[in-house]
Amino acid sequence: MDTTASILAAHPFFKNLDNRHLQVILSCASRENFTPGQFLCRDHEEARAFYVILHGRVSVEIYRARRGPVTIQTLGEGEVLGWLWYDQPYHWHLDAKALDLTRVIRLDVGCLLEKCNQDHDLGYELMKRYAHHLAVQFRITKLQLADMYG
Amino acid sequence: MACEVAGAPRGRGAGNLNETAGRAWPPEPSAGPSAPVRVIHELLHHLPGKHMETHLPDPMIPSPFVVQKVKRETPDTYTLALTPAGAAAPFAFAPGQFNMLYAFGAGEVPISISGDPADPKRLVHTVRDVGNVTRSICRLEPGEALGVRGPFGTAWPVAQAAGADVLIIAGGLGMAPLRPALYSLLHRRGQYGSIELIYGARTPKDLLYPRELERWRGRFDLRVHVTVDSAEADWHSNVGVVTKIIDRARFDPPNTVALVCGPGVMMRFTVMELLKRGVAPESLYVSMERNMQCGIGLCGHCQWGPFFICKDGPVFSYARIQDWFDRREV
Repeated sequence: MDTTASILAAHPFFKNLDNRHLQVILSCASRENFTPGQFLCRDHEEARAFYVILHGRVSVEIYRARRGPVTIQTLGEGEVLGWLWYDQPYHWHLDAKALDLTRVIRLDVGCLLEKCNQDHDLGYELMKRYAHHLAVQFRITKLQLADMYG
Repeated sequence: MACEVAGAPRGRGAGNLNETAGRAWPPEPSAGPSAPVRVIHELLHHLPGKHMETHLPDPMIPSPFVVQKVKRETPDTYTLALTPAGAAAPFAFAPGQFNMLYAFGAGEVPISISGDPADPKRLVHTVRDVGNVTRSICRLEPGEALGVRGPFGTAWPVAQAAGADVLIIAGGLGMAPLRPALYSLLHRRGQYGSIELIYGARTPKDLLYPRELERWRGRFDLRVHVTVDSAEADWHSNVGVVTKIIDRARFDPPNTVALVCGPGVMMRFTVMELLKRGVAPESLYVSMERNMQCGIGLCGHCQWGPFFICKDGPVFSYARIQDWFDRREV
């Protein structure tokens, strides 16, 4: 198992994934680094990547004309960015900027979708993980909406 | 919110008498007449003119304190440093306890003590201006006086946590009653495993004690995770709810004591997450808040199911209150 494979296998999003599926996903993977201030994605851009964050911190921002960028979430080691690529027309809805030196595994979305279409078992496995991830995100969003520190 | 003041006379969490390290009123009743009668008898014994051999103060009579310093923490929250007027004895208290603060001519409110228990000469309270009484307290200036009754209630289990990892989770003003616990833990740092502080607020401007947070963050024996719900671009720490940050803390769940204080909804979700990760209900402590008025379990305003928050709490182990914790009707 090469380094990228072992790192991906240990990542919470891909943990306990069948090795056969892991190898397929690896064929869509590449390593990338982002320096502080560098954007991983920009609002309205085509969503071509799904990022698996290995190290560093990323701020997810919404741009507001009067206030400028507002950070609505920070992501770090063990988290993923880009789950909305599953939703057509595959455009980013947010900006994401590296706060520190950030190392990621970049999964090519086109490649990943193609593999999922070819192997429905893989597609279902990934979809289950997405569903869990979405449930967590919804819970977090609801708490933020509740203004719970007020 | 659970741990700090709420407007006009309102509550300030409850706890467990057995865990109290400071003075708790009333004393544990013994066998004999019915509980309320016993309690009143016990209290009458402490009234001036009766049994003068006792040196315990009358819990219903405020002692005058003088404001030494006022610090604005956030746009509506102030920290007051007080000293006893005259030659009164130092004010001993246990972390997690609260006082009834009396703004003369305005009224009385329960407020957690937010200072260092090792510095009993200086009584520190952090107060949010949310009503007439708290506004009067927040507007006090150095040299002016207010009345103090207390300390009341139960304490965070600082001594009992020796040998365990300690996870402190605060939301909003909940940092105020937890600060004395953190001071105490740091005074005897060697007795604990890892100590993790997770603190969430609405925005960076709503964070209490920002300089102290920076100092704590610089220590090698304490990990501090600060998070806010939203922030401008100049904020370089976390954005997200406290429950999300729990994953970044290093602790061994079965061997962890968790101290949680914040608004009700924050505590509910935090407790859920901690239980899910394997923290034992007996090792999970929360600080509750209700409408506390007498401070000694007599008036009944802070009754919460079978508990009086003012004397059985404000600090409870979750195991003790889990049947009541989620009930909306109480």
